Amino acid sequence: MTKQIRQLDRVVIRFAGDSGDGMQLTGDRFTSETAQLGNDISTLPNFPAEIRAPAGTLPGVSSFQVHFADYDILTPGDAPNVLVAMNPAALKANLADLPRGADIIVNTDEFTKRNLAKVGYQVNPLDDDSLAGYVVHPVALTSMTIGALADQAVSKKDAERAKNMFALGLLSWMYSRPYESTLRFLERKFAARPELVAANVAAFRAGWNFGETTEDFAVRYEVKPAKMQPGTYRNITGNAALSLGLVAAGVRSGLPVFLGAYPITPASDILHELSKHKKFGVLTMQAEDEIAAVGAALGASYGGSLGVTTTSGPGVALKSETISLAVALELPLVIVDVQRAGPSTGMPTKTEQADLNMALYGRHGEAPVAVIAPKSPSDCFYAALEAARIALTYRTPVILLSDNYVANGSEPWLLPDVESLPDLRVEFATTPNGEDGTTFLPYLRDPQTLARPWAIPGTPGLEHRIGGLEKADKTGDISYDPANHDFMVRTRAARIETIPVPDVEVEDPDGDARVLVLGWGSTYGPIGAACRALRQRGLPVAQAHLRHLAPMPANLGEVLRSYDRVVIPEMNLGQLAHVIRAKYLVDAIGYNQVRGLPFTAAELETMLEEVLKNV
Amino acid sequence: MSEPVALKLTAKDFKSDQEVRWCPGCGDYAILAAVQQFMPELNIPRERIVFVSGIGCSSRFPYYMNTYGMHSIHGRAPAIATGLSATRPDLSVWVVTGDGDALSIGGNHLIHALRRNVNLKILLFNNRIYGLTKGQYSPTSEVGKITKSTPVGSADAPFNPISLALGAEATFVGRTIDSDRKHLQSVLRAAAEHQGSAFVEIYQNCNIFNDGAFDQLKEPATRDDYLIRLEHGQPITFGRDGQFCVVHPPGGFGLEVRETAATSPDEIVVHDATVTDPAYAFALSRLPGLDLRNTPIGVFRSVQRPSYDSVVQEQLATARAKVTDTPEQQLAGLLNSGDTWTIL
Repeated sequence: MTKQIRQLDRVVIRFAGDSGDGMQLTGDRFTSETAQLGNDISTLPNFPAEIRAPAGTLPGVSSFQVHFADYDILTPGDAPNVLVAMNPAALKANLADLPRGADIIVNTDEFTKRNLAKVGYQVNPLDDDSLAGYVVHPVALTSMTIGALADQAVSKKDAERAKNMFALGLLSWMYSRPYESTLRFLERKFAARPELVAANVAAFRAGWNFGETTEDFAVRYEVKPAKMQPGTYRNITGNAALSLGLVAAGVRSGLPVFLGAYPITPASDILHELSKHKKFGVLTMQAEDEIAAVGAALGASYGGSLGVTTTSGPGVALKSETISLAVALELPLVIVDVQRAGPSTGMPTKTEQADLNMALYGRHGEAPVAVIAPKSPSDCFYAALEAARIALTYRTPVILLSDNYVANGSEPWLLPDVESLPDLRVEFATTPNGEDGTTFLPYLRDPQTLARPWAIPGTPGLEHRIGGLEKADKTGDISYDPANHDFMVRTRAARIETIPVPDVEVEDPDGDARVLVLGWGSTYGPIGAACRALRQRGLPVAQAHLRHLAPMPANLGEVLRSYDRVVIPEMNLGQLAHVIRAKYLVDAIGYNQVRGLPFTAAELETMLEEVLKNV
Repeated sequence: MSEPVALKLTAKDFKSDQEVRWCPGCGDYAILAAVQQFMPELNIPRERIVFVSGIGCSSRFPYYMNTYGMHSIHGRAPAIATGLSATRPDLSVWVVTGDGDALSIGGNHLIHALRRNVNLKILLFNNRIYGLTKGQYSPTSEVGKITKSTPVGSADAPFNPISLALGAEATFVGRTIDSDRKHLQSVLRAAAEHQGSAFVEIYQNCNIFNDGAFDQLKEPATRDDYLIRLEHGQPITFGRDGQFCVVHPPGGFGLEVRETAATSPDEIVVHDATVTDPAYAFALSRLPGLDLRNTPIGVFRSVQRPSYDSVVQEQLATARAKVTDTPEQQLAGLLNSGDTWTIL
């Protein structure tokens, strides 16, 4: 039967099921196929912290949303056009996000009395008219998968587990995805068990063929490739990009990278990834606790490595004392905070931007550090390089504020030419720097950078002692002198404040905007999408996004003052807004949400429209 | 390999220009002098020696050594030194710590450094008191200790540092006394020769807040009857006339002290620091009573296990052995790995 083919410019699909249903993998594969086709992509995984929450319950629902388009997109999409619901819980948990008219593909085999009761459905929603506003496609996914694998040499349990590949096959057919990469992936994943390769491939093909033959799916869709800059791309998550950025920092600095880390969601993947790159001289240590992780990293930096520690908010709290020591020792150190919803354990798999205050101020004494934040998954690569550059050049701790949204979200990344990456080479001190030609002064500063010499153990003639006690200027000897302490505190502040960082750029295509939206970190996508939507409707609005939060760009004050209104959306209760108000005396308007989810472009658009009306 | 060149260093070479600021009469002076006098024996150039400390009176130590040094934060010296040792196996890294620093606030780092067998020489100055904070009880103070923070006596039982280190899988465990320079240096020597973590407890007198804590082990009238000087390969007898000995009673789990005259010579335990089972050294560590009688000093345990730095450096070397590309080429390969696509 010939099916109608309809062209779309963008689609948002959400795969939802039980945590054990393999939805993350299904979404990942669909994303990879879509990347091969050349669409622009943005993804959003959403899963519970429990590894296996009770099957079939609402807390156990795991989902993966993928947004793809024939133009460049900035977010994983506000509302799905298609929901794949592998069980009643997945339907119930996600239905509220669906706009009327959306397609819902349900696995009818799981809509049993027992499963319906588990999530409080008195009546099967497939039988009453509660889904009348949607296009429902009932598919017996489980039984059809088992049926399709009847002659395969796998157990019924393994056959049943392949149902996610059936779903992937069906969706791949629906959206005309090239599937060769998925077949290759299955061969790699189950290399040790050929019978599982065969079963999963068969399930995938069964799903594809089902789409082609059944009358329930009358239309097949195409989304043409996006016009993207020429070059080689790969799809990348923020955590993966950040890890590669640290490897690249090692290569470009010529220094060994040492990572001290303690497992914590959502940062552990960086430890996993970096542990694979020993051939680059990357040494990873899973420490006994967060404090040891940063301590070992600082010890490695003292010895001439690029010391790095990766964690999330609770871990940064524990590392705080050691970060202050690094401020006093003036040694390079990169601290990665993949933020999650707090306080305390909070919601470990959900996103938030509420560690900004801690990054800027969360230490004892006057202990300034540099703080930077990536704006998207692929930007994590460049943010890691920039963090390393500042740490190495200025001999300072740098806090890199990622968050769960960019860490686990993904997008296509135009791979850079290695030679174009910044040169991070540093020079260790090798000779005495005192006027007499024999003395070594560990706290004699470079007049340009205010950095002190990095004299690593093993260097003859430069033996010296450093420590947390206040140091006399130049000599580094213990000093309780009041004037010296005042001088050293101000100097440590100045050496962060005077780090040159690029000016903040303003996106205001027509130059007639009176309202500026200022953001930082992972809100770049939703803010950008909202601004574009407003401009398309003829409503001018300007967007500026901060990568450097300490020190801030030199032109920021001027930029802020050239608009009638400044709006600051943040996934916290107004932490950047407080800083901006205090530092620049600008009456910024905060827009704040802490729901563990990224902003939607639509809600920001609505909010900004209100602001525009009142200017 | 050619013979190493004799560096001809002296104790003076290891003295920094900083004025030593411990209280007059502090046991730390004796330890500092003993260490400075011992250091030339290592025949390691000063620039390849690093002292890392935490916080406390003992932790000022690195400032007085003319080597590389870091006076860090409370309890964290083993963690910091682990990062240094793992990345710089060419260095001789020493940790100087105290009973509060190592066993209270930094207990976790100490036990994990020992279990990893990080190549560190850890000197724990045990004076059974908090000195720098002016006299609170410590995790090695005896039960009922009356201090500023425990006016009616402390309620908690102390750690036995040797037992703790053995429980943490330490490969080298020794004990010595601040006032016995010769013995102190003999234990330092053995520790320095050990590949991996070497844990050395040094009984040290705080003459201000806990004066005389170890007097029975120092006074000529009592010391010979109280101290068990462990010597590898020698039967364990002690007392001014050798009147006491250590035996392993059949059916028992531990060791006991007996009168030598009433014991058959073949029942006397011959000290062997290389016994694989830590139960033996642990039994030795449990001999002393509350009055410090039967206190063993010397090397309790010295066994071989690959050190952390050697294992992780070998992993790196193995991974790099087959690499022929430049780092830039390798990086380009890494960035371009996985599912990529090209837009023309």
